[in-house]
Amino acid sequence: MREIITVANKEFRDGLRNSWLLSITLIFAVLSVGLTYFGAAASGTVGITSLSTTIASLASLAVFLIPLIALLLSYDSFVGEQEGGTLLLLLTYPLSKNQLLLGKFFGQGGIIALATLLGFGASALLLFIKHSDFAILETFAYFIISATLLGLSFTAIAYIISLVASEKSKAAGAALITWFFFALVFDLALLAILVGTDSGLSQTTLTQLMMLNPADIFRLVNLAGLDSSDVNGALAVAINANLSQAQLLSILLAWVIAPLAIASVIFRHKKL
Amino acid sequence: MKTPLVSLENVSKHYKDLSALSAINLHLAQGEVLGLFGHNGAGKTTMMKLILGVISPDSGTASVMGMKPDDKSAWHMRTKMGYLPENVMFYEQLTGLEVLTYFARLKGQSKTHAKALLEQVGIAHAMGRPVKTYSKGMRQRLGLAQAFIGEPKLLLLDEPTVGLDPSATAEFYLSVDQLKMQGTSVVLCSHVLPGVEQHIDRAMIISGGKTLALGTIAELRAQANLPIKIKPQGLNGALTKDRLLKPYLDGSENLQVPEQEKLKVLRHLLADESLRDVTVESANLEQVYQYYLAKAEQMQTERKTKSNKAGA
Repeated sequence: MREIITVANKEFRDGLRNSWLLSITLIFAVLSVGLTYFGAAASGTVGITSLSTTIASLASLAVFLIPLIALLLSYDSFVGEQEGGTLLLLLTYPLSKNQLLLGKFFGQGGIIALATLLGFGASALLLFIKHSDFAILETFAYFIISATLLGLSFTAIAYIISLVASEKSKAAGAALITWFFFALVFDLALLAILVGTDSGLSQTTLTQLMMLNPADIFRLVNLAGLDSSDVNGALAVAINANLSQAQLLSILLAWVIAPLAIASVIFRHKKL
Repeated sequence: MKTPLVSLENVSKHYKDLSALSAINLHLAQGEVLGLFGHNGAGKTTMMKLILGVISPDSGTASVMGMKPDDKSAWHMRTKMGYLPENVMFYEQLTGLEVLTYFARLKGQSKTHAKALLEQVGIAHAMGRPVKTYSKGMRQRLGLAQAFIGEPKLLLLDEPTVGLDPSATAEFYLSVDQLKMQGTSVVLCSHVLPGVEQHIDRAMIISGGKTLALGTIAELRAQANLPIKIKPQGLNGALTKDRLLKPYLDGSENLQVPEQEKLKVLRHLLADESLRDVTVESANLEQVYQYYLAKAEQMQTERKTKSNKAGA
């Protein structure tokens, strides 16, 4: 346990030092406060918008940003240390591969989690002060938890990339492709299937397919409870599927654990 | 007899079709300093990795402090092993003290211990600066401090003196001697370096994953049977006329004498009144090393020609 904490502490401090925590928090805060205030500008009014509009716009932006940030933060975690020679050195220490993996995960995951909490928490607080409605806090709690899980999931996916890649630059390329796939291509493909098959795809099948993408699960968690007038695309169809938020969150959690487990297996067989 | 600290028995390691090490036997006693010499790709680093337990042998057994180093149960003894990799770039954005504290904590040591080590290697003045501002020599010292964490019983140093200036090199050998006095076993891995001879107990020369020679420098020298260089002064060409000395003359007023003839030749020289000075140089490690490598190469070409002939 001491080893995991030591590694986590180092990674977390790295995140502070490189201003990752500060910049991610700022991005999230500006984004969420901005959307909370100006989200309704399109309809001609400026001022705090309705909760559902805010969450809908936040979710659709966060779904692109969070995976990208998590991948950027973690893609060189292992391949970087491998190139520097410190990975080999660390493995000669009384430290197991899983301890190193978990330590890094807790440290960098901590950065993502804290940034999400502070950044989006700011706008939750702002809305709550204006409206004093506890529903706001509840909705934002789901949003922040799911956003954190989404970030952690992509941190774990980044570790897989970092462990498989032989060079840092290749890892960067792979991270970009991964982001592109989950954030854009996956949904386009779903839409194509939906349109191309003349609605031969049942709602259940569509929802099940969406479980294959953590970004879509995140969208479902946050949009399921809203008026579907604020939602469009393939999601609108899936949204009425009867999966509870708790179920969705646990599937998202599985999307954190599974890549971590895969990363652990890859690490165990990695040649140094 | 005490059990050796490190013992490799008939150890082999292959990477795909490349045989990195084959049939290596080595026993390292407590407090012994072994020089491991070989070209790049000779298998030095592979051997260190085997001893460290980062990789496992394909055949044969490796044991360190009575345990298999690649086994999980042997992890606790890793706190008693120090390793300096050949090329290591420490976390550039961290300060020297932060880097060393991180590594010290992983071995269950404190920040105070890290500070003391930085003092020991002589970079305490720069411990608050980021590693990216360090010179090559300072980085190497930081690496050494890292290897010294927790007063190890076994030290594996890969090219420890690269980038060190002569005085730092001398300091480094001084700490090796001190560690040896405390009972630490050291494996010094390098291309042949001048000045390493006095500090090692035994030398091992490897090439292509095979042991070419293993023994004390005196033993290796005797085995190689390299001539001793005797440089007389003040004889003014009398050497060419001397029937006894003439066969040993190497063309530049020096005598190349086989070990067993050394005293005879010296006595003969000393009898000459006009001799002003004489220097005697035994073959150095570099020459011994070159001898074994050349011999190995020769054997390989012979084997090739033989197999070519057999094929034809």
